[in-house]
Amino acid sequence: MAIITYREALNQALREEMARDDRVFLIGEEVGVYNGAYKVSKGLLEEFGEMRVVDTPITENGFAGIGVGAAMVGLRPIVEFMTWNFALLALDQIVNAAAKMLYMSGGQYPIPIVFRGPNGAALQLSAQHSQAWESWLAHIPGLKVVTPGTPYDAKGLLKAAIRDDNPVIVLEGEMLYNTKGEVPEEDYLVPIGKADLKREGSDCSIITYGKMVLVAMKAADELAKEGIKLDVVDLRTVRPMDIEAITTSVRKTNRAVVLEEGWEVAGIGAQIVDYIQRDCFDDLDAPVVRVHQADVPMPYAKSLEKSAKPDLAKTIAAVRKVMYLPT
Amino acid sequence: MATKKRTDGRMPGDAALRKELLHSMLLQRRFEERVGEAYALGKIGGFCHLYIGQEAVSTGVLSMLRLDDYVITTYRDHGQALARGMTPRAIMAELFGRQDGCSRGKGGSMHLFDRNVNFLGGHGIVGGHVPLAAGVGFAIKYRGGDQVCVCFMGESVVNTGAFHEALNMAALWKLPCIFVIENNKYGMGTAVERSAAIKDLSRRADAYDGMDGEHVDGQDVFAVREAMERALELARREGKPVLLEVRTYRYMGHSMSDAVSGTYRTKAELDEYLKRDPINLLKSRLVEAGELSDADLAAMDLEIKAVVQDSWDFADASPEPPPEALYEDVLVDSVS
Repeated sequence: MAIITYREALNQALREEMARDDRVFLIGEEVGVYNGAYKVSKGLLEEFGEMRVVDTPITENGFAGIGVGAAMVGLRPIVEFMTWNFALLALDQIVNAAAKMLYMSGGQYPIPIVFRGPNGAALQLSAQHSQAWESWLAHIPGLKVVTPGTPYDAKGLLKAAIRDDNPVIVLEGEMLYNTKGEVPEEDYLVPIGKADLKREGSDCSIITYGKMVLVAMKAADELAKEGIKLDVVDLRTVRPMDIEAITTSVRKTNRAVVLEEGWEVAGIGAQIVDYIQRDCFDDLDAPVVRVHQADVPMPYAKSLEKSAKPDLAKTIAAVRKVMYLPT
Repeated sequence: MATKKRTDGRMPGDAALRKELLHSMLLQRRFEERVGEAYALGKIGGFCHLYIGQEAVSTGVLSMLRLDDYVITTYRDHGQALARGMTPRAIMAELFGRQDGCSRGKGGSMHLFDRNVNFLGGHGIVGGHVPLAAGVGFAIKYRGGDQVCVCFMGESVVNTGAFHEALNMAALWKLPCIFVIENNKYGMGTAVERSAAIKDLSRRADAYDGMDGEHVDGQDVFAVREAMERALELARREGKPVLLEVRTYRYMGHSMSDAVSGTYRTKAELDEYLKRDPINLLKSRLVEAGELSDADLAAMDLEIKAVVQDSWDFADASPEPPPEALYEDVLVDSVS
């Protein structure tokens, strides 16, 4: 298998799906001539032309709506947001138009569309550019939300998202674009709504997704040195969530840490904890512990930013806490 | 614009077409009157925005379209749905929240949809649907078709960011969209003079190279049709977007909970506009031309009232959506 970056994996997914179906097109800021703000769309303009790789003015609400309108009448748009921070301006189109059109039209207008781009904090970009939006998006019936953490999952999930006849949100990670991993040469899909057990262990579950998968894996490596075996459940999709994967793991380990990038209140982790208490109440040997961003807007100063973010040390401390080990 | 305005005072089209136009407008009027009644009886709930007074706009614009063209509009959508050829039965059943409604009872008054006639819905967020229209125009161009997308909106939409974003891209990319501003003078209770820093809304087109703007009398169905003819020439043949401001007036309140007059407009103002009721204007021209007798009119009215009564009876008899419908149509279970 080839070792490629997360960025290249996404690029391959776009290229392969655009070649497969001529109704698929990419639209967004800087996706064409500039080759993508993060180079995910590199080379696509040259290969597919400007009708299928469409540079837009800076108009998130406008071009997201153009995507939804085109999807209503049979095209399959991929709408790229330079970052999900900017997509706030397009929430009306995502929530009021894309997510609800099928339902409020009594089933007449499915919206096969992908909204994608980097989500979550990078480094020292401060408050307006460092936000993880998955709990906002996962809140909405009518959307699917995927959060790939590895190159393999990025390619397979993006391809599945493009082929899905529903609106699918793809949350990528700015800090993941350069990470590398094995990706098959042949065509494959990663099913939406299916978690992946990234590491098998019997002592404690870590339930996570997206960028935090790498942190969980590092925690598993570190704790393995002390003989602690973590079960790392990568949800891969946060809506619909693979509840069975969560409960299966927790029933095995009887302990769980829920790790997410976003804020605590009404976060994805709160939902996961609800599934656990609902289905695994009698299996738990300790209260579930959540690891998440501090409940503040992201600060700029390096030291403060580090304090605000969930990281390896906080994750390891959380595991020790649920295992009643000294921290 | 491409074709000249008619100045000879003659009515365009033939007598049969003119009668059809009157029929379309009268159907909307009688339908809406009964909708108001059904609302008062509690058969229709939620927000309900009547179209009475604006019928020459929907009929004038939509009578010029082909069946394969696309139409998208706002929450004040009953009149346009009828003028586009959706059945009174399916619309009334939707308003009653029933299974046989055009949106299977899931949309209601503000969200009428019908795929069979490319009616892409009534939309409830002011301005939000204008980018959708540009997207439909984009898809037409993408496929190399010669359809157009007509996007109806109230005059208050021109103050939203979505309007500018959509029109800018429509002009930039030469999308075959006809943006129809139905200027009925009030965005809910706020007069257009109190919300838009421009008097002639059609001049908003001047902000975009390659987009023509025009304003037209929205009480005169022939004037609306002629303006549409010019707009279609540009949109269909040249792939250029057009901004058409149609000046009209709504005779009812903003919605069913809004008084007809007394808060933000006077009774005297309303009475003045009632003198130019689009249906009466057309009727009297047809009668003057000797194309329609009082007996013809009475017969037409009777026939339409029966159609509307039939839609009421149909809606009343239609079942509530079954319980399992609650979870249907949230997502489709398919891939491509």
